[in-house]
Amino acid sequence: MSAAGLTSRNTETIERALDVKGRSLWVDARRRMMRNRAAVVSVVLLTTIALVAIFVPMVWPYSYQQIDYSNILCAPGWWPDRSVSCFAGGYHIFGTEQNGRDLFIRVLYGARISLAVGLVATLVSLLIGVGYGAIAGFIGGKLDELMMRFVDVLYSLPYIFLVIILMVVFNQNFFLLFVAIGAVEWLTMARIVRGQTLSIKEKEFVEAARAAGLSPLKTIRQHIGPNILGPVVVYVTLTSPTVILSESFRSVLGLGIREPLTSWGVLISDGAAHLETAPWMLIFPAAIMAITLFCFNFIGDGLRDALDPKDR
Amino acid sequence: MLSYAIKRILGAIPTLLIIITLVFFMMRIAPGGPFDAQRHLPPEIENNIKAAYHLDQPIWKQYGLYMANLAHGDLGPSFKNHDFSVNELIADGLPVSAKLGFSAIILSIVFGITLGTIAALNQNDVVDHGVMGLAMIGITVPSFVTAPILALVFGIYGLHLFGIDIFLPAGGWNGGALQNMILPVIVLALPQIAIIARLVRGSMVEVLRSNYVRTARAKGLPNYVVVYRHALREALLPVVSYLGPAIAGLLTGSLIVETIFGIPGIGRYFVEGAINRDYTLVMGVVIYYAAFVIVLNLIADILYAAMDPRVRFQ
Repeated sequence: MSAAGLTSRNTETIERALDVKGRSLWVDARRRMMRNRAAVVSVVLLTTIALVAIFVPMVWPYSYQQIDYSNILCAPGWWPDRSVSCFAGGYHIFGTEQNGRDLFIRVLYGARISLAVGLVATLVSLLIGVGYGAIAGFIGGKLDELMMRFVDVLYSLPYIFLVIILMVVFNQNFFLLFVAIGAVEWLTMARIVRGQTLSIKEKEFVEAARAAGLSPLKTIRQHIGPNILGPVVVYVTLTSPTVILSESFRSVLGLGIREPLTSWGVLISDGAAHLETAPWMLIFPAAIMAITLFCFNFIGDGLRDALDPKDR
Repeated sequence: MLSYAIKRILGAIPTLLIIITLVFFMMRIAPGGPFDAQRHLPPEIENNIKAAYHLDQPIWKQYGLYMANLAHGDLGPSFKNHDFSVNELIADGLPVSAKLGFSAIILSIVFGITLGTIAALNQNDVVDHGVMGLAMIGITVPSFVTAPILALVFGIYGLHLFGIDIFLPAGGWNGGALQNMILPVIVLALPQIAIIARLVRGSMVEVLRSNYVRTARAKGLPNYVVVYRHALREALLPVVSYLGPAIAGLLTGSLIVETIFGIPGIGRYFVEGAINRDYTLVMGVVIYYAAFVIVLNLIADILYAAMDPRVRFQ
């Protein structure tokens, strides 16, 4: 074969290769995610819950703090057990609670609070955890050891105690409380990011970037960042339900949000108190919360399967 | 192994000190003091009370005093439960909490491992999906929902099974009588059973595919020998390393369970102490819990190394 022929064949191969559209990790991941039925259903459900929680209160006929003493602990009109003491008429589709307030709108407000807690606290934990972990992992050495030692110390403090103490500290300020929860939740994130950074740092492409004279900060942002994104995304979806749970947890202990605002934890503990006479007060908030937590877990599992390079 | 254990215990001391310092200052920074809620006292009496508890001193002096007392094993007087020292309150509540927690951890391990193994052996069939579905529910439905539902079903309606009415007390401790313990222990153990079952299933599925299990099967060993003697031993390793977090989870759960079922353990003291700004009581409980978690993590690590010869003590 002549030299010219060889070149033309090479060119042809290269051209053919260029024609094939490259599939990035994310395109692949999205395809795998779409094939996971449980995860897709969860995304749809969670979006629905969020949208309903945001928009329906704007048009709902009752407000979350409107007390109605003629309608205390009344079942919704469609309640199957006809032996309950009273039925709330009108649009009380979830019945009413101990002050005659509409349970449906209160569940929606609970959803707003719980989802907001999940979002803000997770974002805070993301910022702190990724920054901390990436620095520790990238610089390494003594600093890494010191930083991780500090994480270990915080780890051995039963985390709920820290949250409860923070709760006492930030008694009046709800927003600061979210930040505080996030500031406690970042530990695992920092560990994950550090571990990933440590292993990626040794890869050839990072060495190549260093050889090309890229600054450490740019190396972290352009080369290490995108490669740790997978586990971080997975962990974010798993942190949100933990945060939501811990918020309700404290509400149940009486350390949560103040009346007349409400959260799922407050509604559930009120429901538990009236379980005998008004079971709907426990069932609806608990069910909606369980569905939300289910969704987060399924999405997290789905993302993990989708982003795990082992299966590629 | 002994030197490893000693090294770990020595390493835990600064950890504990940092935790104590952190909690001490966080509690003092918190707005409100232990004597705010009471009816308004004349200033001279209030000052006397503050002086009695050294609250009139600068904060670093209070800290020094607290640490000096702590070095003697004295956790100080409770600010809210008058006439009781924190040592007495903890000595009172600790056996209760320990009994509850210990029963729950045994229950979680036994049921978690059994269910996980059963699911793995029936991989991808009805039994597997059933067990894993239940585990998912166990993880997502929090204890403060299961507790009132179980209390309602068993405590108030009663369960009618095979012509026998099963009633269990819906609350109270009654000196730790068996019937009083059943519901709280179940509520406490459920999430841990679910998590352990998932862990065991995952690792068991992988171990059952490994070469040495295939060899054991090829030798013609009966199935139960393969599972018990060969597979289970390796499949349990993740459970051992999960024990630390599991115990932390149980402690957290015990706050709720003790509060809901009205059990006089130290978890309830903590919640009351945090609400009432009972500084010394909160500190005492946190110190106990933190020490507990550190020691149990250490035991879990040693156990792990003892079970897996590939892990060497460093």
